[in-house]
Amino acid sequence: MSLGGDWYLALAAIVFSIGAFGLLVRRNIIVMFMCVELMLNAANLTFVTFSRMLNDIGGQSLVFFVLVVAAAEVVVGLGIIVAVHRRRAGATADDLHILKG
Amino acid sequence: MTHLVGPLVATTFVDALTFTVAAAIVLAGAVGVVVARNPVHSALMLVMTLFGVAVLFVEQQADFLAAVQVIVYAGAIIVLFLFVIMLLGVDRREVFGRENLRGQRPMAAILVVLGLAGIFLLGFGAHWATGAPSVAGRANAAGPNVAKLGTSVFTTYLLPFEATAALLVIAVVGAVVLVRRTPGARGPDDQDDAGLEEHPGADGGDGTLAFGTGGEASGDADDGDGGERGDLGHDDPALGSTHERKMTS
Repeated sequence: MSLGGDWYLALAAIVFSIGAFGLLVRRNIIVMFMCVELMLNAANLTFVTFSRMLNDIGGQSLVFFVLVVAAAEVVVGLGIIVAVHRRRAGATADDLHILKG
Repeated sequence: MTHLVGPLVATTFVDALTFTVAAAIVLAGAVGVVVARNPVHSALMLVMTLFGVAVLFVEQQADFLAAVQVIVYAGAIIVLFLFVIMLLGVDRREVFGRENLRGQRPMAAILVVLGLAGIFLLGFGAHWATGAPSVAGRANAAGPNVAKLGTSVFTTYLLPFEATAALLVIAVVGAVVLVRRTPGARGPDDQDDAGLEEHPGADGGDGTLAFGTGGEASGDADDGDGGERGDLGHDDPALGSTHERKMTS
């Protein structure tokens, strides 16, 4: 039998916080995007842990859907990044202030 | 989160060791993603974290999701990240000294610590589990994990599953529309950026234009002057790109 779910939940919370901190601090758009992936993975770990703790397969089904949505999000997000970099090479998140109206 | 220390005695040593090692891998990778200066290193650190999470999935009897995690995330998504990094040449060192928003980093640290404390407090204090019987099916029922997950996805969650098909199609079409090059759509800001569209037929349209421009971007970005592109693009794209790629590698 695995460890208690509390340990997994604590680990997921810490990983989520690290991802959130990176998202707030970094300015490279691609690294910020990776931090979003980090947060998504922490949420996935929480879902799987609760699926085991509450003995409900629905948590794992939800992780399945999260994976699909993450894949779609990565495709569209990287498309946006490519479009931005085509206009301004080496753009960081700060350079996107040109989007202001 | 009621007993953070209690369940340790009920588990075997191997389980505890697996969790400890996997958790260390996950945390080291997560910190590495945030700390690494080079985006390529960040991507590799993210692979490390994803593998650690896959190990934790296996440890919790979610075998199918662990396989999907490795195949889809580490196999496809990270490769996509690395492809875009190398195509755009954004593996430029980030300038860490300058803060456009004053006090952003301390504020971020404070907010994150507060949020983490809130999560832990709520986790220890609140009990939101209702004890209602599961709708989707028992996780520990007899049979393989894939069968249970498949039954759940194709019966209880059939409509969301169909919706994900539409979502994927929309994502693909959206990505194609986003990165498609339209001839007339040029902004005023394009004058000083390089000649990706300045002379579209310059190299005879043999398909090397896009990669040549990517190489130029990386070469220019690695010069370290931090930002605006010069008029490197007015040179011959193919020659410039190969030369600069050799220099930067």
